[in-house]
Amino acid sequence: MSIRRRVALSVVGFGSLALVAMVSAPLVGSTSISLRRAFDWSQPFDGNVDAQIFFVARLPRTLAGALVGAALATAGVIFQGLLRNPLATPFTLGVSSGAALGAMLAITFDWAISFAGISAVPAAAFVGAAVAVAIVYALASARHRGLSTDVLLLAGVTLNAFFSALILCVQYFADFADSYRTLRWLMGDLDVSSYEPILSAVPLVVVAFAAFAWLAKPLNLLSMGSDSAETRGLSVVRAQRGAFLSASLATGAAVSVGGPVGFIGIIVPHLVRLLVGSDHRVVLPASALFGAAFLVGCDVLARTLIAPVEIPVGVITALIGGPFFLWLLVRKH
Amino acid sequence: MVTSKKTLIVASFALFAILPSRLMPEIAAQSKPSRIISVIPAVTEMLFAIGAGPQVVGVGSFDEYPPEARKLPRVGALLDPDLERILSLRPDLVIVYESQTDFRRQLERASVPTFVYKHAGLPDVTQTITALGSRIGRASEAASVVRTIEAKLEDIRTRVQGRPRPNALVVFGRDALALRGIYASGGVGFLNDMLEAAGGSNVFTDVAKQSVQATTELILARRPDVIIELRPKPIGAEDLKKEIGVWQALSGVPAVRTGRIVILSDQRTVVPGPRVAEGTELIARALHPEVFAK
Repeated sequence: MSIRRRVALSVVGFGSLALVAMVSAPLVGSTSISLRRAFDWSQPFDGNVDAQIFFVARLPRTLAGALVGAALATAGVIFQGLLRNPLATPFTLGVSSGAALGAMLAITFDWAISFAGISAVPAAAFVGAAVAVAIVYALASARHRGLSTDVLLLAGVTLNAFFSALILCVQYFADFADSYRTLRWLMGDLDVSSYEPILSAVPLVVVAFAAFAWLAKPLNLLSMGSDSAETRGLSVVRAQRGAFLSASLATGAAVSVGGPVGFIGIIVPHLVRLLVGSDHRVVLPASALFGAAFLVGCDVLARTLIAPVEIPVGVITALIGGPFFLWLLVRKH
Repeated sequence: MVTSKKTLIVASFALFAILPSRLMPEIAAQSKPSRIISVIPAVTEMLFAIGAGPQVVGVGSFDEYPPEARKLPRVGALLDPDLERILSLRPDLVIVYESQTDFRRQLERASVPTFVYKHAGLPDVTQTITALGSRIGRASEAASVVRTIEAKLEDIRTRVQGRPRPNALVVFGRDALALRGIYASGGVGFLNDMLEAAGGSNVFTDVAKQSVQATTELILARRPDVIIELRPKPIGAEDLKKEIGVWQALSGVPAVRTGRIVILSDQRTVVPGPRVAEGTELIARALHPEVFAK
């Protein structure tokens, strides 16, 4: 089968899955609403609670889930390809702990800033992610002509531990209600309640995805080892830099919208590879679509299973992802 | 005769010395404590309210009231009591929250008497004050503080009696300038009890938890008539306006349409101590402004 056909086939398959998830997710929730009323344009929107639940609560949430799921799943694919390590996740290189530290500071010190619809917590999370990426990048390129993936990995893991210590430190000085909220932030939450957070993350994710499209072929070459990739005419350093920065951008944008939702970046890529093989030209679009469908589905469970009490979406992805990942480990060996 | 008296004194000291050490705290417990430590804001307030302020030698990191309490050494809080500092202050009574089991065990090992309490709902506040009063020998002062609280609560209840009880959402945590990370009082706990006493009806009365994550959908679906936000930290007039404006995104909520969003930045509404009735009145004023107009 030609590569075009394989791409088309997987996009149609996973795309319809994502479509089904995204169309059906806004139909369910912790309350039952009348769809006829929700779409009754003759009523003023201000007084139409059904329409508000649909358009202010559920639709942004579904879109946020799709965006975060797609970004984290593809970032996972890129990091696994870049580090040539199947255990890599979007959070391996410190992006999420940087973001978490930013969010913690914003919550604990009650930073009341907002511009263009972005409030302090997501903004601080994004800045924190950028700081972490800059540190890891500077370390990994400091003593090498290119980018050392070993240093990248070690610096990332160490930075994760260091930032986690800072997070605990900040949390220790926070008062009770704040430390509860910071802890909850770490479990992921897609209840964005407006479109602004999504609209501001979309351009970042689009830039990252454009880079991913360019990276598909280089990552295929890299999977054979950087020396043989170089002999085939690939500028390894450029590909590595592009992969690291674009995947970090996607992760930072996703985490600032939905918090560090775990396991998406590892189970989605692996599941997709099981189904479509390991060619990045197929794996990347398929992971984006399946990641979107998976997170939207998990969020439906999060808000309906024991409604009106909400289960953090990161708890759902971890409950599904943990056992699945262990199964994957046992199956491979 | 003289010798026998001396012998008696020595013997009584000896008897005291050979008593099993685990009985010691109980003996100490009978005496009136003169060096008390409290690490929870609500209890520190209670101690000062019943006139035991001069006996308090150490307070918690978050204790802000009364102003005299701020001058005392700070010895940690609910989650991080500083045992070393506490012992160095030579307390003869430490007030311990029920969940501080390790802390309590450490104190018992050091033969420091403890007073254990817990507050789940509003009635626990007056019960704790009464128990604390009799424990430290200030039962009559405690009784008078309890009477004041109960009279005030009763006055509020009478004032709001027979009036429509607005459905209220009581928020105690939210991200700054966004409708995210919203936590509200569920159907149990002292915030819920204060709301009910203030003549309101909790929109989350069916959720048997102290805190509920109030998602956008839940807030829209529960349609609160009034939104009351409780903040322990003070807020400026400009920020107050902005924070109230954030709610405009949910114009389907009656409270937003009618502009009944109240932000109370007052310790009295979040500390379940002796000022709890005053906090309840602040909530009642937000719910029934017409009753408290004068």
